[in-house]
Amino acid sequence: MTVTSARRTHPMWFLIPAFAILFVFFFLPTLFNFIYAFTDWSSFKSEIRPVGLDNLTDLLSDGTLFSALRITVSYAVLVALFQNLFGFGLAVLLERDTWLNRVARLFFLIPVLMSALAVGYVFQALLKPHGSLNGLLGGLLGHPVSVAWLGDTTWTLVVVSVIHAWKWMGLSMLIYLAGLKTVPEDVTEAARMDGASPWQAFWSIRFPLLAPAVTFNVATALLGSMNGFDIVQATTGGGPARSTEILNIFIYRTFGQGLFAQATTMSLVLFLLVGLLAFPVIRTLRKREEIL
Amino acid sequence: MTIPAYGARGRRVRPPRASGLAARLRPFAVVALVATVMGVPLWLIVSTAAKSQSEALSPDLSPPSRWLLWDNLAQVWTQGDIPAAFLGSVLIVVPAVALVLTFGSMAAWILARRATRLNAVLYALAISGIVLPPAVVTIVLLLRQLGLAGTLTGMIGVYVGIYLSTVVFFVTGFVRTVPLSIEEAARMDGAGPVRVFVSVILPMLRPVLATATILICLYVWNDVFYAFFVIGGRMDTLPLNLFQVANAGLYLNNWHLIFAYIILMSLPLLVVFAVAQRRIISGITGGAVK
Repeated sequence: MTVTSARRTHPMWFLIPAFAILFVFFFLPTLFNFIYAFTDWSSFKSEIRPVGLDNLTDLLSDGTLFSALRITVSYAVLVALFQNLFGFGLAVLLERDTWLNRVARLFFLIPVLMSALAVGYVFQALLKPHGSLNGLLGGLLGHPVSVAWLGDTTWTLVVVSVIHAWKWMGLSMLIYLAGLKTVPEDVTEAARMDGASPWQAFWSIRFPLLAPAVTFNVATALLGSMNGFDIVQATTGGGPARSTEILNIFIYRTFGQGLFAQATTMSLVLFLLVGLLAFPVIRTLRKREEIL
Repeated sequence: MTIPAYGARGRRVRPPRASGLAARLRPFAVVALVATVMGVPLWLIVSTAAKSQSEALSPDLSPPSRWLLWDNLAQVWTQGDIPAAFLGSVLIVVPAVALVLTFGSMAAWILARRATRLNAVLYALAISGIVLPPAVVTIVLLLRQLGLAGTLTGMIGVYVGIYLSTVVFFVTGFVRTVPLSIEEAARMDGAGPVRVFVSVILPMLRPVLATATILICLYVWNDVFYAFFVIGGRMDTLPLNLFQVANAGLYLNNWHLIFAYIILMSLPLLVVFAVAQRRIISGITGGAVK
């Protein structure tokens, strides 16, 4: 196809609507991030003046920046870990196409459809000190249990990441199921005939072939949960003592206080964090796929 | 008679999968898992939504002494501004999804068919939004400057901007698998690019567009974060409304109403899912594992 005929058959103006919207509603705000993070934009003043690196040094000096980064990255890693463990376990458990397994799969997809905010409120109710989970555990153990699931400065982050994983594990399960289906039956059978135990056949033959599913699931869980908000907001609101305050919670809170420049600075930090992590994460996972 | 040394011919002699006991226990494990991991939270929603206020004050798993589910749903419907919020949600989701699919597939068609260096750069830019987070705070400023702050148009534009990358990514990959000869046949008959796109390309894209529709509906319908920044306080959507009433403390001691709200809000998606369950599952999984 020559250039002129391509110009006629596939005209570039087809790109205009999409790129116009991308430019105005995506690229331009991102560009603004790099400008307004270095100003004193707030709801208290009418003028916006440049202040250099003041916002950044403020956030650095009171330790907010590093604690928010640490919490966000820990949260994302925990979510990726739990979501993939749960999703993978479910896929293996429900792999065969019996009617019971089909029904079970549908149940695990309900939370995927529910709003994350709703999921958060449900677990807030479930995990109250005098709530249902402690009640159930108390019944099992035979003595009253009153664990403050959402009130611990160390472990609540883990609990919230488990909730996040609970909401999305159905999606990971579907993708692992699809991955398991791509492994031809003959391959496993051949391995069996060569004397591999079912355990060996699974881990050394089928599991490596799941690499594309692992890549997709780990990357989406990791990068998606860095941009999380709803579940944390609905369960803890960033508490206790800001120990679960991921970047988006900080942005939401400071924005609400009218400190727009600080919120913008954190928004820029989030952008850089995800941008810097996205490429190595995806590349490493891809490379591992090739080796296997 | 000798026993054949190498397995049997037919495939029917499957080696016994997961030996006896484990295989027989598996269904019980499945039922137990569903009952605890899914059953408990779902029961909590339904039972609490059916209780009276005093009974629901401290939500637990006991069944309601009297089932008041309909009364509570009705109360939320009228007092919780559900019709207005529902309308707001629909007015945002429908145009946003329609626009993002149309513009996204138009761009994807060209990006897939014209492999120039410029297009490679444009493609990379277009799909960058899949991983990169949108700049929520400065979007507010920009919308104010454009006079779109708190408006329906502004909100739709923001969602289209955020999810275009997903559509471009899925559709470009799909267009590359559609043979060029199909387009050329239509072109021989004198069809211009718009005709070719509308009557040849779009119908072929149906499966991938179905997947994209589902995913984007799911995200936009349930979104509260972007909605809070762009239209918070000016317009209502279902999640935004839930967020505001729950936050305001107005519902602090009204768990039965919160859960009734959650049921009403989740119902539309659950109904769609129940109807189109098989297509949705194959659509979601089809795109991911390649």
